[in-house]
Amino acid sequence: MKGLASLAWRYLWARPLVSALNLLLLSLGLAAISFVLLVSEQIEGGVRRDLAGIDLVVGAKGSPMQIMLAGVFHLDVPTGNIPLTTLDELRAQPLVARAVPISLGDSLRGFRIVGTTHDYLELYQARLAAGRLWQQPLQAVLGAEAARRTGLKLGDRFAGSHGLGEQGHEHGEHRYTVVGLLAETGGVLDRLVLTDLASVWQVHEDMHAVDAEDRAALEAEREITMALLSYRSPLAAIALPRWVNAQDGLQAAAPALETARLLRMVGVGTEVLRGFGAVLLLAAALSVFVALLHAVRERQGDLAMLRMLGAPAWRVAALVSLEGLWLALLASLLGLALGHGLTALLGWVLASQQSLRISGSWWSTWEALVPALALLLALASAAWPAWRAYKLDVTELLQAPH
Amino acid sequence: MIELQGLRYRYAQGPEIAFADLVLPPGKGLLLRGVSGSGKSTLLALMAGLLSASAGRLLMAGTELGRLSPRQGDAWRGACLGFVPQRLHLSTALTVRDNLALPYLSAGLPVDRARIDELLQRLELQALAQRRPHQLSLGQAQRVALARALLRRPKLLLADEPTANLDDESAGAALSLLNQAALEQGATLVLATHDSRVAQALGGELYDMRLPKLMNTGEAAR
Repeated sequence: MKGLASLAWRYLWARPLVSALNLLLLSLGLAAISFVLLVSEQIEGGVRRDLAGIDLVVGAKGSPMQIMLAGVFHLDVPTGNIPLTTLDELRAQPLVARAVPISLGDSLRGFRIVGTTHDYLELYQARLAAGRLWQQPLQAVLGAEAARRTGLKLGDRFAGSHGLGEQGHEHGEHRYTVVGLLAETGGVLDRLVLTDLASVWQVHEDMHAVDAEDRAALEAEREITMALLSYRSPLAAIALPRWVNAQDGLQAAAPALETARLLRMVGVGTEVLRGFGAVLLLAAALSVFVALLHAVRERQGDLAMLRMLGAPAWRVAALVSLEGLWLALLASLLGLALGHGLTALLGWVLASQQSLRISGSWWSTWEALVPALALLLALASAAWPAWRAYKLDVTELLQAPH
Repeated sequence: MIELQGLRYRYAQGPEIAFADLVLPPGKGLLLRGVSGSGKSTLLALMAGLLSASAGRLLMAGTELGRLSPRQGDAWRGACLGFVPQRLHLSTALTVRDNLALPYLSAGLPVDRARIDELLQRLELQALAQRRPHQLSLGQAQRVALARALLRRPKLLLADEPTANLDDESAGAALSLLNQAALEQGATLVLATHDSRVAQALGGELYDMRLPKLMNTGEAAR
C-alpha cells in the first residue's frame, strides 16, 4: 500500500494547479469549521469558568446583560452604582450565602482596577504566584496577564487612570503598591487589578471632597458598583431576583440566563460561519469529484495498463481513492493549522482590547471531526471515480487508436 | 507452449467469433496476422486472461486460463505475461524509472531496483531514466514499454502492432529487439499485426485471422 500511496501522490501532483485549488478549497472549509469549534468552545468554556459561583449580580437599574458583562466578564461599562447599604441588606437576606462587593471606575493601561474583598478571590479559587493579598487601601494584587503586560513587579508603584478606558486622567497623587501577583487562571481574573474596596473610595473622595464636611458627606453616601451573590438554596433563584428588582434603583441579572442569551446571540454568528464552512466543503467535494473523474478519464490507458500488469481491480480503485485521501490528509493539516492560526489572530486582537481570552494553541477534542470530515468527503468524492476505475474495460487498451 | 482448442468468444453485441485450433510448441514465436476488426485484439485479450471464452480451451504456458478466478487471473497476468501495447501507455505523470516500477506496484510487490537498473542498461535507457515519456522519441518510448514488459521475466511476451507508425528501419530495430528479448528471456513471443514487414522479419508460426488454420510465416510472406 506504501508504493500505491506514493504512486497516488505523484499522480495527484501531476496536475499541480487543479490539486492546489482543490487543496485550498478543502483547507479553507476545514479551517472555517476548526475556527468555529475552537472559538465557540473557548468562549463557552471561558464564560462558564468566569461564572463560577456567581448566581446573581445586583447593580444599578439598567440592562441585565450590561450588568452581567460589566460585573462578571468586565467587558462593558456598569449601569451605575448602588448604595453600600444595599450590600448589608443583601447579606441579611436568608437566601444569600455570600455577597461580594465590587467597585469599578479606574483602570491601569486598560486593565480594570477592581475594589473588592478577599472573598472575590475565593470565588475563583485564585492562587498567589508571588507576594500576598492586600491588607490596606492602595495595595494592589495583579492578575497574571495584567502583570505581564504592564511589566509591574512586587513593590512597584503605579497610579490608576480615571475611567475604564486608557484615556482617563491619572490619579497621580494616589499611587498603588503592588503587593501580590496572581497565578494564571485562564479567566477574567488574569486581566484585573484587584485592590481593597476602600481604595476606590479613597481615591475618588480625595478627588471630589473640597473640605472635611464634604468628605463626611461623601463617606456617608459611599457606594459600590455591584454585588455578586451566591445562593444558599436553589429557591433563591425564584425569590431573590424578584425581591432585588422590587427595590428602588436595583437591578438583578442572573448570569446563567444572560449568558445563555449571549451565547445564543454569538451562536448565530457561529452558525453563519459554520454554514460558510459547509458550503466551502461542499464546493471542495464537488471539485475533487470532478477532478478525480476527469483524471480517471484522462488516465484510462494508464489505469488499464496497471490492470494489464497484474493489478487487481480493487487496487486500481484504491489508487484513485488514495488521491482523494492524500488531499484529505493535506487539507486536514492545512485546515487545522489555518484554523488555529486564525484563532490565535483573534486571540491577539481580543487580548489587545483586554477582552476575552482565546488561544490558538488550545485543542478541542471535537477537532478530531476535522480529519474525519475531510476523510468522509474525500471518500464520498472519490467513490464514483474509483468505481469507474474498478469497472474499467481493459480490453480497450488493446484496441488500435482511432 | 500455447494451445487453442475449439476456442470461441461471444461479443456483448451478439456475434461470436471462432478461432482455429492451435498448438504452439515451446520456444516458438507466434504471429497473429489480420486486418483491423479480424479479432486479433480479442484473441490477445483472451490470451492475456482479460476476456473469458464462451467455449473451448486456452492453455497458456501450462495454465488453463478458463479455470482461473479473476484474482488468480490478475496474479497470473502480473507474473507470467509481458505486454507491449500499440498505444504504449507510459504514464506521463511519472519518470521512465517510475514507469518501470509499475509492474511491481501493480502486483503489490516491493520494487526490484536492481532489475530496473539491469533493464535500463540492457535497453540503453540509463540516460533517460529521469525523463518523462513525452520527452522521449517513439523508438525510445517503445524500448521503455518493452523494458516494462520484461521486468518480471514473463513466460509470454505479447505485443500488439509493435511496428505501427514506424519507418522500415525503426520497425526492423523494434522487431529485432523484441525477438532478442524473448530469446534471452526464454519467453514465447506473440505478436499481433497487420504489417507484412513483420511476417518477413519474424521467424515462427503464423496464425492468420482470416483462415481457420495455422500457417507458417514463409507462407504468409508470399
